[in-house]
Amino acid sequence: MSDRAVMQMIADLVPAGSRVLDLGCGTGELLAHLQATKGCTGYGVELDDSNVLACAQRGVNVIQLNLEEGLAIFEDQSFDVVLQLETLQNLRNTEAMLRETARVGRMGIVSFPNFAHWPNRLQVLTGRMPVTRVLPYQWYDTPNIRVGTYADFEVLARKCGLRVLDSFGVQAGRAVRTLPNLRASMAVFKFDRQ
Amino acid sequence: MGSVGDVTPQRLLFDQPLPLRSGASIGDYELMVETYGELNRDRSNAVLVCHALNASHHVAGTYAGVDKSEGWWDNLVGPGKPLDTDKFFVIGVNNLGSCFGSTGPMHINPATGRVYGADFPVVTVHDWVDAQARVLDRFGIQQLAAVLGGSLGGMQALDWSLRYPQRMRHCVAVATAPNLSAQNIAFNEVARRAIITDPEFHDGFFYEHGVVPRRGLRVARMIGHITYLSDDVMEQKFGRQMRSAELGYSTHDIEFQIESYLRYQGDKFSEYFDANTYLLITRALDYFDPARAHGGDLSRTFASALCKFLVVSFTTDWRFSPARSREIVKALLDNRRDVSYAEIDAPHGHDAFLLDDPRYHGVLKAYFERIAAEFNGGQA
Repeated sequence: MSDRAVMQMIADLVPAGSRVLDLGCGTGELLAHLQATKGCTGYGVELDDSNVLACAQRGVNVIQLNLEEGLAIFEDQSFDVVLQLETLQNLRNTEAMLRETARVGRMGIVSFPNFAHWPNRLQVLTGRMPVTRVLPYQWYDTPNIRVGTYADFEVLARKCGLRVLDSFGVQAGRAVRTLPNLRASMAVFKFDRQ
Repeated sequence: MGSVGDVTPQRLLFDQPLPLRSGASIGDYELMVETYGELNRDRSNAVLVCHALNASHHVAGTYAGVDKSEGWWDNLVGPGKPLDTDKFFVIGVNNLGSCFGSTGPMHINPATGRVYGADFPVVTVHDWVDAQARVLDRFGIQQLAAVLGGSLGGMQALDWSLRYPQRMRHCVAVATAPNLSAQNIAFNEVARRAIITDPEFHDGFFYEHGVVPRRGLRVARMIGHITYLSDDVMEQKFGRQMRSAELGYSTHDIEFQIESYLRYQGDKFSEYFDANTYLLITRALDYFDPARAHGGDLSRTFASALCKFLVVSFTTDWRFSPARSREIVKALLDNRRDVSYAEIDAPHGHDAFLLDDPRYHGVLKAYFERIAAEFNGGQA
């Protein structure tokens, strides 16, 4: 699986010239890519010191905040796109975070590990929690405190009043649009507020 | 990483009166200035460093033959350091009213022929920024690469971005606030009362009596010092350590090490700092409130800023807390300004901005390297 391919897949979902907020932006790689190739502007949000430093080195705007404390610093609908890539599963209050994402951005894009990917299902059938490339942690020391499935997210999105504009799975760097809940290790959703 | 080595301050004379916010003006004044590094050909690599309460133009380097004469931000400014003097031309200015050589209350008032004392006009952050802009004029610098400051110096950096938005490309504001809270003003007021009620203050004209209100200065410094440290770091450094194993059952003598430390800091301070300067500078802190002219709306206040910002705070700084820095960040976000914000998890309280925490210095170094890359591109 190619991380670059996945990054490009996500970047393709972001309209050119967008004002972007990237929640859990890591080293700022995607933001830098969006700025360089699509004329986007915006900010990353990170908690980790070394990631904040990496963003500063890259010249990407970064705001050091704990997402668990909410997004009060950002005004309603102040961004064209809010990205939340492989971050949602690390946050306690997934639902509140999702609502905040939809409040701050006109459009949201989230990705997260799909717990219902078939190898995970098999491992659970053998009686053990899955340990895979996408979910590489043992159950007792995983940062993924909210593991959900592609199908689960559809339900949560409906509950939060979100309209899914596009969604697909990602497996081995390729989009999976047929049976993504079974065939993809990662889920991607693009949505707005109804 | 090296030092800028031995440095020599310059004394700049200004005969054009400087109009002050209070309505008064100050004529024939002098400012002490130090510079480090070389101004490049297109004069685009200058960084102004603004000082806080008890610092000065002596930001970095040493004075030849003087022991322990390192500048107050020597760990940050120098060749290979986060603010790299191999790349930047760094300017330190001692503010008006201070007591390190620039015109201040201890000097002769040309209008009366008498020492200014309490007659020295009240100066604001705004006035200092105006005076600093004239220093740039003197150096022929139209636009600064950056203005950098911590604490009260950070307030000056912020004010710069509002007062002279065209004259700077970056603002680096460390451990600062958009204004002082009531608690903060309260601490300043206690310090001022300690000085003013010292019998040797003589209503600010103690110079003529050949005395110094040392007791007041000591207490002012002691209370200040408590607020610059975090509870944790004080506990860790001193805890309940005693001077001796036996209790002395004295209310006057030093029993606890923390008392000894505070008295030492107070004594040291009272030997070099001017009482009127302390009053003036704490008042400048109290008055700083750029949003006041915009109905308290900080977002509207920053609408006029044009530069890019780096805001830094420290988690254990309760005098200029992260929450206050986040207010600044929010105002900048609301105005779609380029801003980065680092909240450094350092244990040292407000003092952290003067220390060399690697995370803090790492972010500053990275940010200044990006600034340098901008003008290096244009220079080649």
